[in-house]
This record gives sequence, structure tokens and C-alpha cells, in this order.
Amino acid sequence: MDPGIFLEQVPDGDGPWWRMLAAGLEWTLSVAALAWIVAFVLGSVIGVVRTTDRVWLVRLGNGYVELFRNIPLIVQFFLWFFVVPGVVPPVKRWVVSIDPLTFQLVTSVVCLGLFTAARLAEQVRAGIQSLSRGQRNAGYALGLSQMQTYRYVLLPMAYRIIIPPLTSELMNLIKNTAVAYSIGLTELFFRTREMGEMTFRYFEAFGAATVIYAGIAFASNRVMALLERKAAVPGYIGAGK
Amino acid sequence: MIADLDFATVLRTLPYLMAGLQYTVQITVLAAVGGTVFGTLLAMARLSALKPLALAAAGYVNLMRSIPLLLVIFWFYFLVPVILQSLSGAERPPQIGAERSAYITFVMFEAAYFCEIMRAGIQSIPKGQSGAALALGLGYWQSMRLVILPQAFRNMLPVLLTQTIILFQDVSLVSLLNVTDFVGAATKIAQRDSRVVEMYLFVAVMYLAMCSALSFGVRRLQEKIAIIR
Repeated sequence: MDPGIFLEQVPDGDGPWWRMLAAGLEWTLSVAALAWIVAFVLGSVIGVVRTTDRVWLVRLGNGYVELFRNIPLIVQFFLWFFVVPGVVPPVKRWVVSIDPLTFQLVTSVVCLGLFTAARLAEQVRAGIQSLSRGQRNAGYALGLSQMQTYRYVLLPMAYRIIIPPLTSELMNLIKNTAVAYSIGLTELFFRTREMGEMTFRYFEAFGAATVIYAGIAFASNRVMALLERKAAVPGYIGAGK
Repeated sequence: MIADLDFATVLRTLPYLMAGLQYTVQITVLAAVGGTVFGTLLAMARLSALKPLALAAAGYVNLMRSIPLLLVIFWFYFLVPVILQSLSGAERPPQIGAERSAYITFVMFEAAYFCEIMRAGIQSIPKGQSGAALALGLGYWQSMRLVILPQAFRNMLPVLLTQTIILFQDVSLVSLLNVTDFVGAATKIAQRDSRVVEMYLFVAVMYLAMCSALSFGVRRLQEKIAIIR
């Protein structure tokens, strides 16, 4: 082990190796944040749709979740990166016209966003279905429309209940950004490999990545635990006292 | 364009692709079995009254679960030869290759995930069960083997199988180490014959069909073995 390696200059770059890894971490976190927004919005819509009484909407939602959960993430990356531009000419024209880096970023955000949305949809659906039937009926009895019942009664409860599983999905998403390495996005894992290959200091490089990823997992776990306590619904087991 | 697609390449290279799929299935089965065995032992260690043992097991499981699988795969790829060298006392690290180190990687990685499932399974057994075993004069290992674990397995079987389906998909990541698993085989053909679109479409459809069928089977099983209390 020689920690001095992190201060050494990157041969053809500007700055030391630690800055290279930090730049990779920035990409990892940016992609994860953007994909989380996509996943949260889309996953909520699909999750809600699967609890309505419209049969075709439920089927559509179930189909989405099945599709995105039963294809490996790396294959989904290849589908978005190679196959979609290959079979849809307008996408191909657009890809050729933009910067390759932009295309890698867009692919990663879309791919991870849609993949994670399927998992969030499952959590949102489970959260809504865990509420007692009386909540929905009370909403209707008060004269709220179905939209209003979701907006003011069901969703505020459901989101608070599913904070723990959402935490693990967020951590999964951050870990999954490493798969973007397969399409050449220069995120943290890409930089780690690059450092290993160029310096032959694999142990230091992988060790640093391990510490960073574990640190992120620990930090997001603490933040979400705090949020969980703040948002706990009185009377539920999760609320503590 | 759709009209330009040519799936003849897929048909022609099918034996090669199937050999890749066979490797994927082999890793999945070995890692599921090995992961269940080591995972159960880890779960027992985590629940042990011996604090150092419980802490060590928890540390291992939490570390494995907090870093990306891709990083774990590369860690083991570099570490396994070094560890084998220090174990055997050989002069040079043995060349075992990514194909074989992947077996060890997935057993060790899945052990952490199966541990958490088995821990939940063991904790879901009512206290009265272990109390009854104790009252019958069974020792720790006997009560685990004869009373607790059989029930925990039965309760957790659907979750264990679902995790195995995820594992089946996760094996595809070894293709990034140039291993010829199902995805790796498709990648190699795709690059050689410039049939990227057809190859990845075929792989995606195959995975979708296999995993949908498997998860449908798991749901059926779940309904069948559910214990009515």
C-alpha cells in the first residue's frame, strides 16, 4: 500500500489521481441524482396507476415493471446505447449530431431512470396497498375525487411508509451507476479501473473506490434514517414510541 | 431500419451463444447453492451471542452490500490469485483466469445477500420454537438443523428464488471482464460480425422470456407453499 500514488500526476491529464477519482465521483452522483428524479416521477405514476380500478392501466403498469425487471441492467444499457439508435433513424441522426459525452450521459440517465422506476413503482404500489381500505373510502365519502384522494389522503401516507425501501433503492441506484462503465461513461468505477491500468496500483485504486462507495452508502443511510424519524406516522410500528 | 435486420447471424452462432448461456447457468446454480450454505452460516454468525463473531459477520455483509457488484467482481479477479498464492506458498500467483475466479466471486457476493434473507427467516420463527427445542434437550446445532432452519427455509424459499433470478441477471456483468457468459458471447459475435442490434435484441428477448417464466413460477410456488396460520 502506498497512499502517495493519489498525489502523483496523471500522465496525460491535468492534476493528480485523487482529483481524477473526485471527477469520477461527481459524474456518479450527477447521473444518480438525475436518474433518481426520472425514476421517482415515473415510478410514482406507474405505482399509482397499478392501484387504480382501470384494468388496462393496471395491465400496462404491470407490463412495464415485468419488462424492466427481467432484463439485466447491462443489456438495458446496450439496448439504449446500440439498439435504439440502430432501429430508430431520428435517434440515430440526433446521436450523430451531438457530443459523444452528452449521448453517454443521456443514455445513462434514461437507462438507470427507467430501470429504477420499475423498482420504485413496485414500492409505491406496495405502500398504497398497505393502507387500509377505510382511508380510500373516507376520501371518497368526503366527496374527494379519485385524483384528490390520491393527492391528499393515500400518497402522503404511502410515501412516509415506504421511506426505508426507498433508501435501499437509492443506494442500489448509486451502485448501479457503475454499470455505465460499460458504455464508457467516465464515472467513479471507470476512473478507478483507469487508474489501476495506468499505474498498476490496483489495490490502492480499488481500495479508494471501496471506501468512497461504502462512505456514500453509510451517509445516505444516516440521512434517510433521519428523514424516516421526522416523517414517521404516529401509531405505526416505525414511529418508535 | 427494421428491414435491414438480419437474424441469420443469431441462428448461425446459436451453439456459441448457448455455450455462453450454459456458463451463466452454471455460475447461477453454484452461487445460489454456495450462497445459501455460506449465507446461512453468516446469518447464524450475525445472530450469535458471541459479539466478535456477530460483528465480523455484520461487517462482511454490510461491506459487500454497500459496494457495486462490478467493483466486487474486479476485486476478486485481482485478489483470488494473490490469496491462492499465499495459501499454497507458490512462487508466482496462479493463473486462474476470470472464468474461474467468477465462481468464487459470486458465491462470496451472494452469501452476503442470502445471509440477510436467512437472517430475516430465522428471526421470523416464533421464540416458542427455539424454547421448545431447548426444553426437549436439543443443543444449538440440533435445534437449528431440526427445528429452526427447516422452517426458515420454507418461509424464505420464494425470496431466495427471487434473489436467484436477480443473480442470474447479475452474472451478465462478468462480460466486462471479457468472460464468455451469455452476454459476453453475444458481445463477441456482435463485434466480429457487426450485428450489434440483432445480437443484443436476441439476448434481451431471451432474458425477458426466461426471467418472466421463472418469476411466474416463483409466484405460483409462493401461493402453493404459503403456510396458513
